[in-house]
Amino acid sequence: MAVTIAKEKWTSKVSEMVLGTEPNTVKVGGESTLPFLHFEGEIPNRPITALEVWDLEPTDWPDILKKPFEGVLNDPVAWAKKNVEYGADVVALRLMSAHPDYKNATPDECAATAKAVADAVNVPLIVIGCGVEDKDAEVLEKVGEALNGKNCLIGCATEKNYKTITATAMVNGHSIIASSPLDINLAKQLNILVTEMNLAANRIAIDPLVGALGYGIEYAYSIMERARLGALMGDKMLAMPVICFVGQEAWKAKEAKSPDDENPEWGAQERRAILWEVITATTFAQAGGSIFVLRHPESVKEVKKHIDKMMESNAY
Amino acid sequence: MGLTGLEIFKQLPKTNCKDCGQPTCLAFAMQLASGKASLDQCPHISDAAREALDSASAPPVALVKIGKGEKELQLGNETVLFRHDKRFEHPTGIAIAVNDTDAVSDKVQQINKLVFDRVGQVHNVNLVAVVNSSGDAGKFADAVKTAQDNTDFPLVLVSEDPAAMEKALEIAGANNPLICGANASNLEAMVELAKKYDAPLVIKGANLEELASLVEKSGYKKLILDSGAREVNKVLADQTQIRRQALKRFRPFGYPTITFADNPDPIQAVVDAGVYIAKYAGIVVMYTDNPADILPLITLRLNIYTDPQKPIAVESKLYEVGNPGPDSPVFVTTNFSLTYFCVQGDVEAGRIDAYILPVDTDGISVLTGWAAGKFTPEKITEMVNNCGIADKVSHRKLIIPGGVAVLSGKLQELSGWEVLVGPRESAGIPSFIKQRWSA
Ligand code: SF4
Repeated sequence: MAVTIAKEKWTSKVSEMVLGTEPNTVKVGGESTLPFLHFEGEIPNRPITALEVWDLEPTDWPDILKKPFEGVLNDPVAWAKKNVEYGADVVALRLMSAHPDYKNATPDECAATAKAVADAVNVPLIVIGCGVEDKDAEVLEKVGEALNGKNCLIGCATEKNYKTITATAMVNGHSIIASSPLDINLAKQLNILVTEMNLAANRIAIDPLVGALGYGIEYAYSIMERARLGALMGDKMLAMPVICFVGQEAWKAKEAKSPDDENPEWGAQERRAILWEVITATTFAQAGGSIFVLRHPESVKEVKKHIDKMMESNAY
Repeated sequence: MGLTGLEIFKQLPKTNCKDCGQPTCLAFAMQLASGKASLDQCPHISDAAREALDSASAPPVALVKIGKGEKELQLGNETVLFRHDKRFEHPTGIAIAVNDTDAVSDKVQQINKLVFDRVGQVHNVNLVAVVNSSGDAGKFADAVKTAQDNTDFPLVLVSEDPAAMEKALEIAGANNPLICGANASNLEAMVELAKKYDAPLVIKGANLEELASLVEKSGYKKLILDSGAREVNKVLADQTQIRRQALKRFRPFGYPTITFADNPDPIQAVVDAGVYIAKYAGIVVMYTDNPADILPLITLRLNIYTDPQKPIAVESKLYEVGNPGPDSPVFVTTNFSLTYFCVQGDVEAGRIDAYILPVDTDGISVLTGWAAGKFTPEKITEMVNNCGIADKVSHRKLIIPGGVAVLSGKLQELSGWEVLVGPRESAGIPSFIKQRWSA
């Protein structure tokens, strides 16, 4: 019996972002259909993985997460190199030391670390501040300068600090992460504000502040699906690639942190925790996520394996 | 549902006899289309027209039931492609496979234990799939018997051999198991068995076209569809096609689906199953009973099938954790259940006796609530004034989430309580209390 394959005729596509410098650039976005529906449109770039490196030793990471980085947790340069060995497409440097509750490091100190890391690896760099909006603006201004021409992705820019961060991205040739709390209209609004400063739309990544599996994953999932549909129907202010800070959320989950003997009915911690991170990422991949910032190297391996398969054609 | 008045009108007798209470057949058709009349009100409609109209007004994905009693699994009745349009109706059934060559009883006991408690609700797998991997009809029947004796979960009987299926149904047929199933070479015999026991049947095609033909040929209505695809990229395509076509009322695809997470890589099998849960699978069959594999999937299913219009909320009232007294801290948060349970969990973990005030934000989280104007100094003040906390504690201090530090000034002014800005994440509560709390 004849079955007519149902294909949507989308009129537009996700914008394409280029990170890093030749010959080591990485591209994301550019899809002209829903995630992995090769039978319907073009998926020119695969979703990518990033592994986090911190500029100080994390205190609240469970042992199974620290283990793969033994010996480098105090050395961001060595840690970043390790991340590349582990197969991360890009390295995500988190400048936690800038946080007033930690070392309250100065913008210059942070910029020096960022420069050292950028010089040590050949993959593109994501640089994230400590999450305190005012401080991040100061820090990223200096970091942007120090990484001039390296075409990094820097953030997170919020409604409060986007002006400084956008300006430094424009002057120094970077792209930015625009963060807004789980609301498609707020995301769109921030993208409008940033592009009004004349940063090109394809130099913005949307960060919808995702929740992990079991902790509100469905909110970001639906926002990402709606943003992708908007992009395909021609809304340029929703057409940016989406970045998902999966590791930071997944490793907060009780299900990832609880050791083997605390909840024996949950199975072994290592497998459970890695699956928590992997499934959070791969579920967002189905909703339209493009950049997955992860923490465990095993998760990078598994997410990449899955994406390899999803990138194989399913055209009829 | 789905038909216009004009389409319905074409099927009516067009005599304008008024027996239905409407002045004309067209008027009646319009009433029907808007759901204000029912077809029974026209005594003159032909059987053929009735059938055409009934099937056109049936839901795009038929409701199919597996098993009986308390653990009966319902699938189908889906109406959308995206959960933000209107919720997904029936959560994906998770089946755990047991081979008839395994120690069936032990395995089934293990499956019975795949029950998880999450924010006060119990979640479990749904089906035991007994697989005729031995190829032997007697062994299969024995395994089905053992499985049935050891579990309350409905069974999926997995064999393509009608003789083996017949034997298994003699044992389990009365309990409405899922027969899995029919294919191009055994269709007639399997449909015959399904009809005999009035049980649901999986039809597997080598591809979408063959699947559609077999469904038509079967003439049976209690169906579950298997497009034959097993690689995750292809399953995604087929699942998408089947759901899209069902919504376009391509009748052969108007049934729930079954998928098999049989990837030989054990981690990737779980990942694949996650895709199937997100992307329309009625059933996903798993070949693992490791709780570390199943917990993420059960959680994902819970999340994806949550009604997006109705966030899960806890009642907005004064809660006590431990044995709080007049010097105990007071935490303000929102009544989104996950937010509340995170705060409660971390307060408990820090062995803190405390009060928690979840403000009614229609069940949305702190930052979303703040952004949406539902978590405001006014609303917090209202709750503080009305919940009786002032009589419980002798101090006048509120701890608010770090993410909404901006509220503190206004809140202090409106409520008259001193406002302490707590940590952004509830995980920071124990150390916050240690360092900062004194009544
Ligand atoms: S009862 Fe039937 S035939 Fe008579 S007017 Fe109504 S719709 Fe037409």
